[in-house]
Amino acid sequence: MKKLLMSGNEAIARGVYEAGVRFAAAYPGTPSTEIMEEFAKYDGVYAEWAPNEKVAMEVAIGAALGGARALAVMKHVGVNVAADPIFTVSYTGIEGALVIISADDPSMHSSQNEQDNRNYAKFAKIPMLEPADPQEAKDYVSLAFQISEQFDTPVFLRSTTRVSHSKSVVTLSEPQLPEDKTTLKHNAGKYVMVPINARTRRVEVEKRQVALKKFVETFPENKMEINDPEVGIITAGMPYNYAKDVFPNYSYLKLGMVYPLPEKLIRHFASKVKKIYVVEELDPYLEEQIKAMGIPVTGKDIFPYTNEFDPGVIKNAINSDLQGTVSPYKESLAQRPPNLCPGCPHRGLFYALKKSKAYVHGDIGCYTLSYLKPLEGLHSCICMGASIGMAHGMSKALKEKGKGKVVGVIGDSTFLHSGITSLLNMAYNNSDALIIILDNSTTAMTGMQEHPGTGYTLMGKEAKKVNLNVLVSALGIQNIRVIDPYNLKETKNAIKEELASSGPSVIIAQRPCALFKRANIKPQPPLKVDADKCEGCKSCLGLNCPPISWKKGVTKKDSKRTGISFIDETFCNGCGLCAQVCKFGAIS
Amino acid sequence: MSMIDSKVKSILFAGVGGQGILRASDIMCMAMMEAGFDVKKSEVHGMAQRGGCVTSHVRYGVKVYSPLAESGSIETLVSFEKMETLRYLKFLTKEASIILNTEEIYPPAVNMGDADYPHDVIGFLKNHYPKVIAFNAAELAQKAGNIKAANVVLLGAVSNLMNVEKSVWESVIKESFPKKLIKLNLDAFQMGIAA
Repeated sequence: MKKLLMSGNEAIARGVYEAGVRFAAAYPGTPSTEIMEEFAKYDGVYAEWAPNEKVAMEVAIGAALGGARALAVMKHVGVNVAADPIFTVSYTGIEGALVIISADDPSMHSSQNEQDNRNYAKFAKIPMLEPADPQEAKDYVSLAFQISEQFDTPVFLRSTTRVSHSKSVVTLSEPQLPEDKTTLKHNAGKYVMVPINARTRRVEVEKRQVALKKFVETFPENKMEINDPEVGIITAGMPYNYAKDVFPNYSYLKLGMVYPLPEKLIRHFASKVKKIYVVEELDPYLEEQIKAMGIPVTGKDIFPYTNEFDPGVIKNAINSDLQGTVSPYKESLAQRPPNLCPGCPHRGLFYALKKSKAYVHGDIGCYTLSYLKPLEGLHSCICMGASIGMAHGMSKALKEKGKGKVVGVIGDSTFLHSGITSLLNMAYNNSDALIIILDNSTTAMTGMQEHPGTGYTLMGKEAKKVNLNVLVSALGIQNIRVIDPYNLKETKNAIKEELASSGPSVIIAQRPCALFKRANIKPQPPLKVDADKCEGCKSCLGLNCPPISWKKGVTKKDSKRTGISFIDETFCNGCGLCAQVCKFGAIS
Repeated sequence: MSMIDSKVKSILFAGVGGQGILRASDIMCMAMMEAGFDVKKSEVHGMAQRGGCVTSHVRYGVKVYSPLAESGSIETLVSFEKMETLRYLKFLTKEASIILNTEEIYPPAVNMGDADYPHDVIGFLKNHYPKVIAFNAAELAQKAGNIKAANVVLLGAVSNLMNVEKSVWESVIKESFPKKLIKLNLDAFQMGIAA
């Protein structure tokens, strides 16, 4: 069969297609996003972006209850959002098949936490497969669907950033032809989770657990390699590759299924080797269960709890006398944190917000980057949709002390994800906080995905486009203003006036993302600093716009300036914000 | 297929978000795959890409397990920005070859005047590493027709250090770009070979 270089996410999408699955729902989130984008490209599939992971999960459950083989995809923290239906669909089971992909992010490359979602499998009593590379990622998808059908259970497939976003050679398989098993079949006793039925299903879950524990003992993807009998490593997922890289001669038990665990197989492996290490990122998830079997193993005593591993982490933990590698360069090197792009519509808004001196509750999106110096435009960020509830709560608690000083900011996609109910709450409980919806017409941070406010679906079809102004008004908010964040004066005035007004207010800052191709933004000519007029006050540098830099030592007669600002024309997008900030008219 | 050494080789691509680092490492992987090697690469998407540091490990050999290389084991660094080269030296062997674009992209602290851009980066590197190839890839790419092809210029330079036929690289480049950009990128690749 054909061999391709594929990322884990591309391979998962291919695996879903090969398994004959044609139905999937998701909300984008790094490192999971490309799974749906790739799946949507295959012929004959139905794939949708739902407004959030809970909705995506419920859509997939509905499809599975109608007999379909359905997939829901989300990042690790998305599983928190979807947890409510997940825990109960574990009781009901499904008619067709249901697989949930959880893409975890050890090291928090693009996330607010690094929770270990293997715990969800144990917590919700749902079997979980964990591939170690793109080939396995592809192959395990069809195993996951088989297990789902065989045991009438949802099945988790856990990926991590390094599986999703590494690329390797994948051998494709012949796709199975999709078989239409969809049908309307009533079975209220199984699917209406009122207590009397739930108690019955609860017992079924434990019966299923017993059957799965038997099944997993012979599951072929739990693989034992006996080499050196002195040392055995029990591991799963990507850490297997890291360990094999540095300790190719040790014995291995590589678990393809991490819930439930194959107790007999683990005992058998333990009998073959003298010393056992459990190599796993994040929580001592395997370690605790293996220790509970009474098998002595070494795990988090020597391996880190935090961050993803690499081959060196494992080598240094096992051979603690090894010296870590050092750089010959000893000077400190300026950090290079990610930054808002040139022409980003968020820049002007956060510049204005800093001037307002308000406490700004942030949310999940590119704009979170504005917390960094020098913009320092927001002061909290917890999770998707949290800014609105937090602003309201702080405003209520502080009463007069917080008057005119509490703001929540939230992107358009994030607002539609989980901000609507909290804004409804603000109207209902008569909040005094100001909410700013940063409407850049797309889901920018994950790479321009569609949402209910963009007018298009994932499949590229035109769709009903929600009108944010009308939606906000329908929730009961009376003070609503629409502004252009490229206009600094208008932005500052709107913030000032709405902070002063009583009752809840919403400002909708509308301007498409500067990288959003469909917005068809005409490039503006780059701006220049007039060296004669620049007084070196550094105001424009406060925007932290990538093309603007400081040139030390360029002095001027009769001026105290010690340098001037300089704009790199090749990066400048011509948004004109710096010209509005300059008090000396030196930028045009 | 060229002669295969059983040891896995590691190459680190490093630079700033938006410089075409991931595309360059993709092309290298496809070339190594065409040449008959097992190959793995790793990269990170999402938030890190917005003007922040971007790296990609490429590893090839008869059989590759880890897509990430161990610190201190990488034989080749392809750096897309001058000061970024310094950030990753701990990943390299003492005998590593370094190819670097001498273009400077200031991080925010340097833009603000709060930190200095490091001085004499190339001199420092030449004092510590046996092979340092430094040139302005952005200028060469501009000559080839588009500054964005700096990534392919750098690939041309690193291809000199790898035992893979030029025709393999060229066929992968042809598959990697839309028709109208193929000639430009082949020219950029050739400029890198000659740099």
